[in-house]
Amino acid sequence: MSAVATQLVRRPSVVAGTLMTAATLFVAFAGPALAGSPDEFVGAPFQGPGGDAPLGTDVMGRSVLARLLAGGRDFLLQGILAAALGVGAGVLLGVALASASRRVADLVLSLNDTVIVLPQIVIALLVLTRLGATPLTLVLVVGIVHVPQSARVVRAATQRVVTQDYYDSARTLGASRRRLFTGEVLPNIAGVVLLELSIRLAISVVVLASLSYLGFGSTDTQWGRMIHENQGGLTIQPWAVLAPVICTGVFLIGVNLLRGGTVRALAVR
Amino acid sequence: MTTTSLRRGTAITLALSPVARYVLRRLLLGVAMLFVVSVVVFFFTQALPGDVARQVLGQTATDDQVARLREQLGLDRGVVAQYLDWIGGLVTFDLGTSLTSGTPVADLVGTRVANSATIVVLTAVILIPLAVALGVAAARSPGGVVDGVVSGSVLLILALPEFIIAILVVVLLATNVWRLFAPTSILDPAVPAWEQPDLLVLPVLALVIGSLPYFTESIRTTMTDELTSEHVTWARLCGVAERRILWRHALPNAVGPGLQVAGTTLIYLTGGIVAVENVFAFPGVGSALTAAVANRDIPVVQAIAMLLATVALVVYLVADVLGILLTPRLRTALT
Repeated sequence: MSAVATQLVRRPSVVAGTLMTAATLFVAFAGPALAGSPDEFVGAPFQGPGGDAPLGTDVMGRSVLARLLAGGRDFLLQGILAAALGVGAGVLLGVALASASRRVADLVLSLNDTVIVLPQIVIALLVLTRLGATPLTLVLVVGIVHVPQSARVVRAATQRVVTQDYYDSARTLGASRRRLFTGEVLPNIAGVVLLELSIRLAISVVVLASLSYLGFGSTDTQWGRMIHENQGGLTIQPWAVLAPVICTGVFLIGVNLLRGGTVRALAVR
Repeated sequence: MTTTSLRRGTAITLALSPVARYVLRRLLLGVAMLFVVSVVVFFFTQALPGDVARQVLGQTATDDQVARLREQLGLDRGVVAQYLDWIGGLVTFDLGTSLTSGTPVADLVGTRVANSATIVVLTAVILIPLAVALGVAAARSPGGVVDGVVSGSVLLILALPEFIIAILVVVLLATNVWRLFAPTSILDPAVPAWEQPDLLVLPVLALVIGSLPYFTESIRTTMTDELTSEHVTWARLCGVAERRILWRHALPNAVGPGLQVAGTTLIYLTGGIVAVENVFAFPGVGSALTAAVANRDIPVVQAIAMLLATVALVVYLVADVLGILLTPRLRTALT
């Protein structure tokens, strides 16, 4: 275990990725406690940094810093929940498909492929047309959109496990289906599931940020929506746009670096 | 009787070449997939339980208005009848009437389809040769400069949403750093999009930057596989020139997978235009979709979703068929 840890710490991409992810998570989750009111008017619209607003003011004259600190938590939380929901359901469906008859699996997989024809953002918009954007519908929509892809990945990983000798011997020894799942399958697909989780987390945040930018986020203060609101003042007060852009970007690049570095470190080992 | 008809059946199938039979099968599969997509689209936009007319018009609408919309959408009839009515309209190119503007959806979406198609085609024309050149260069010298830049951009750019890439393009080229182009691309509706090229530069640039890393990375992977394959090693040992190996032995086999990646990238672009068009206020299908979703303009949402799905299925079909026709190994495998 410690050998793995040394391998990881030695990789610059892992270290940088961890720092970037942790910093954004800190800003997002400690932010609401540190921030002043995000809705208070502190000056004229689109003022540069200074005085009550260290990052200047936004389109309505509210503090960009206060809104930045307030606008990350719900949004990242939704992303984490959506990824967990999507991958969780994907694991159940994927394992079920690996043990289902070939015909059933083929049918479900081709339905899977059909849904993937539409980009995720379009599916999400489609569903939000009627349901409207509330925190619950956003998490459900973004989470469910992951299921087809996650199920495919988990099914492939499970099929590799069930063709191994150790799985066969456990089954011949009379282990129950539940025991086979928790004792043999799950520990051996855990790596794949964790990798999938990190991919889906990044995609959830991308889709949620895009929806928020497009005006379909759930709460009024969110990084994506801040970018949209203040885009018109880009020439006068770029920080109102750049601050949320940087926070979203640093988080996503951090998660990506961490994943890429970890995969490579484990592959070397 | 049965034997003759059976034999005739075999004769007909044999008359078609294997490639034609493959295309026919893929075409039928595509139609079946489009049917499944249409059911999904219809379910979420119209068949979901709840009062559609009330949701569309909002709480302030009078009962009279709600009743009229219900009649317009045919909501008092059964779900199956509604679906058949809708899909029948789609097949005969009757896309219905917009709920917000009252104009036929086809008129509303028509010029926007042309505008979006213009930027997507321009993007593809720039993207495909660029990605192939960069991917091949990276595969030929692993660990080289191009290879490093490709790996780096995959880690950085691929992580970002399209709208953030587009905003950064605006910051860099239209507002804060340099002011070379207009920050928005509001087209003159009287003039075709391709006659206003200065307004197309930034949206196309944002789409190219957003899709280049994935495309290049895939080409590099495919080419690396080919260049380290047994037949290439064999050719190298026989003293075949490196140039000839690349053009005659490695590239032809990479065309099939390359076309698959091009197809996937085009599908990615249909999602990318939704965000990018909104950043630049570009009047295309993507900005029309978000406007229609915001206004709960159900016929417009349905039409655009089906349009994007049809484009995606046609792209996959063309990519698969071309891939098979152009790859010697795959073509002979069919017979």
